[in-house]
Amino acid sequence: MAKPKRARPKLAVWKFSSCDGCQLSLLDCEDELLAVAENVEIAYFLEATRAEVKGPYDVSLVEGSISTPYDAERIHKVRRQSKLLITIGACATSGGIQALRNFQDVEELTRAVYARPEYIDTLNKSTAIADHVPVDFELHGCPIDKYQLLEVINAHLNGRKPVVPNYSQCIECKRHGSVCVMVSQGIPCMGPVVQAGCGNLCPSVGRGCYACFGPKETPNPQSLAHWFGAELGQGRRQVRDLFRGITGAAEPFRKESEAHE
Amino acid sequence: MSDAATRTIKVDALARVEGEGALYVRVKGGEVTDIKFRIVEPPRFFEALLRGRMFGEAPDITARICGICPIAYMMGASQAMEDALGVTVAGGLRDLRRLIYCGEWIESHVLHAAMLHAPDFLGLDDALLIARDNPELVQKALQVKKLGNDILEVVGGRAVHPVNLKVGGFYKLPAEDKLAALLPRLDWAMNASKELALAFAGFDFPALEQDYHCVSLRHPGEYAIHEGRIVSNRGIDIPVNEFDRHFGEEHVRHSNALQGFYQNGDAPYLVGPIARYNNNFEQLSDAAKTLAEDCGLGRQVNNPYRSILVRMVETYYACEEAKRLIEGYAPPTAASVETPIAAGRGYGCTEAPRGICFHTYALDAEGRIEHANIVPPTSQNQKQIEDDLLAVVSGNLEMEDEALKWRCEQTIRNYDPCISCATHFLKLTIERD
Repeated sequence: MAKPKRARPKLAVWKFSSCDGCQLSLLDCEDELLAVAENVEIAYFLEATRAEVKGPYDVSLVEGSISTPYDAERIHKVRRQSKLLITIGACATSGGIQALRNFQDVEELTRAVYARPEYIDTLNKSTAIADHVPVDFELHGCPIDKYQLLEVINAHLNGRKPVVPNYSQCIECKRHGSVCVMVSQGIPCMGPVVQAGCGNLCPSVGRGCYACFGPKETPNPQSLAHWFGAELGQGRRQVRDLFRGITGAAEPFRKESEAHE
Repeated sequence: MSDAATRTIKVDALARVEGEGALYVRVKGGEVTDIKFRIVEPPRFFEALLRGRMFGEAPDITARICGICPIAYMMGASQAMEDALGVTVAGGLRDLRRLIYCGEWIESHVLHAAMLHAPDFLGLDDALLIARDNPELVQKALQVKKLGNDILEVVGGRAVHPVNLKVGGFYKLPAEDKLAALLPRLDWAMNASKELALAFAGFDFPALEQDYHCVSLRHPGEYAIHEGRIVSNRGIDIPVNEFDRHFGEEHVRHSNALQGFYQNGDAPYLVGPIARYNNNFEQLSDAAKTLAEDCGLGRQVNNPYRSILVRMVETYYACEEAKRLIEGYAPPTAASVETPIAAGRGYGCTEAPRGICFHTYALDAEGRIEHANIVPPTSQNQKQIEDDLLAVVSGNLEMEDEALKWRCEQTIRNYDPCISCATHFLKLTIERD
């Protein structure tokens, strides 16, 4: 018997300051994209379509950080039109690599890059979406993992909690049987304080995790920083920069890097 | 609506481009009085944020400039660092670099041609609507694109922002069985990209012939992708480290991306697939040349709308080249070459899918970045895009605003503008008096 037809939920994809890589993850679902489009109405997705269906939207995916006065206003409009607001990626969840500005003098940065700084309208800090509006779910990663994205969309459409790990990268290494690069080779690795989910990518090619997925739940960065210094011989500046990377503005990492100024 | 009236055409948020852009056109008394192609992407200050970081961090940081073409940034940064440190990456490592770059050309070109650009020629809002009438075509395109991403994964560890590339080469050599498993799929993709190219060749192409100053890389031994000298069809032939002596960037009020120019400050030039094709056609493979001919392309392409066909010819070529590289691959003894730290300045330039992408860095004695400058392809094309738009609006004033607006959007999409690379970018507004 045919299932009763229900209205397709409306999906919107919004971009703030970012590289487009996370929304690209949706277009990168080559095997699933047409099925997704059958089950949800892609109502607003500028990277993929000129068609714009007016809100409200059932699910909004938000990529990018807030870094201009205009965007700080725009995010409130997005929130008002969205039943569920899910932030995707390191920019939206922690400010992104562009949040390295938060540790510097933005006026000086503007002068360093632009011949006419007076043409540039920017905020002093690049910040996560949750710093501005309530967020229903945060999906981490730089970029996000496309299968996690499908899981999160699926879960929300079916009214259940997404199955996304909140444990550390170390657990993922153990499960994959990756040899610990820190223990075996003395390579600094952010894995102990970083959320799993990327697929154990860096340790599997023999390099340390560089924290694309941001802090795990209840991390202990202080202990890891001590390990970097005392056991691996990293200087203060090196330790500072290990925490000050792709997700450097996430609270636990920001605090730790500032302790090593 | 009479020609004497003011017309304004505005596109506040351009669709099917990567990043945020806008266009403003003003027409008065039948003449275009103002055209502004704006990049409204928020500034991200990459070059300034790189200062003080170790040279080895530049590939991973600059990758984040663009999620569609991270390889262009990772490899340009790596080459510039290697140049500064006096290191050469050759042999099997060089082959792997060209291979992963083929992957990026395939995924980026097919994404743009099939998903973002083709709908314009069919008068449709997006590729999902193409899929409604012709699901096979869209499925085929998605599978070719997927193969491009899979090359990135096999060699680079991840499709978007790969983790396995570094200054000096790679962290780990790719598994040979995974490389070999790509071969039958590449055979399939060569055929599929040929079919896609021929399908797109049946589109109606708006009439527009431009006299482009085509700037690209050229390499003596191959169709340049990741290495070469910077050349043009007007006699430029310079090593990469002379780029900034010949090309400049200026900051205009209406854009957050610096605009590229040639020499005297107001001359536009063209980078990207058409520039490469026009400069280096002879170096394409025989089969790619034949495909170009079957698509109705001449030896020179001056109609920017036909860039969609050139992208598919390059996609075909990239599949063929990837196959050749895998078949001839001899694993090097080490995954990377040593990079001894030294102070110095280095230069790098590669052919991003959208055109040449230039990097230069100065390093101090500890290997920290003192100065960085990155010139992405879309900033270089901005002036040329405005020039094309001027020709399009001037030549089509009789069109209704909605139709003209769409034509302008299509004209911008000819460039596959990657606006998020507004390291240092669009709305459409046409105002008619």
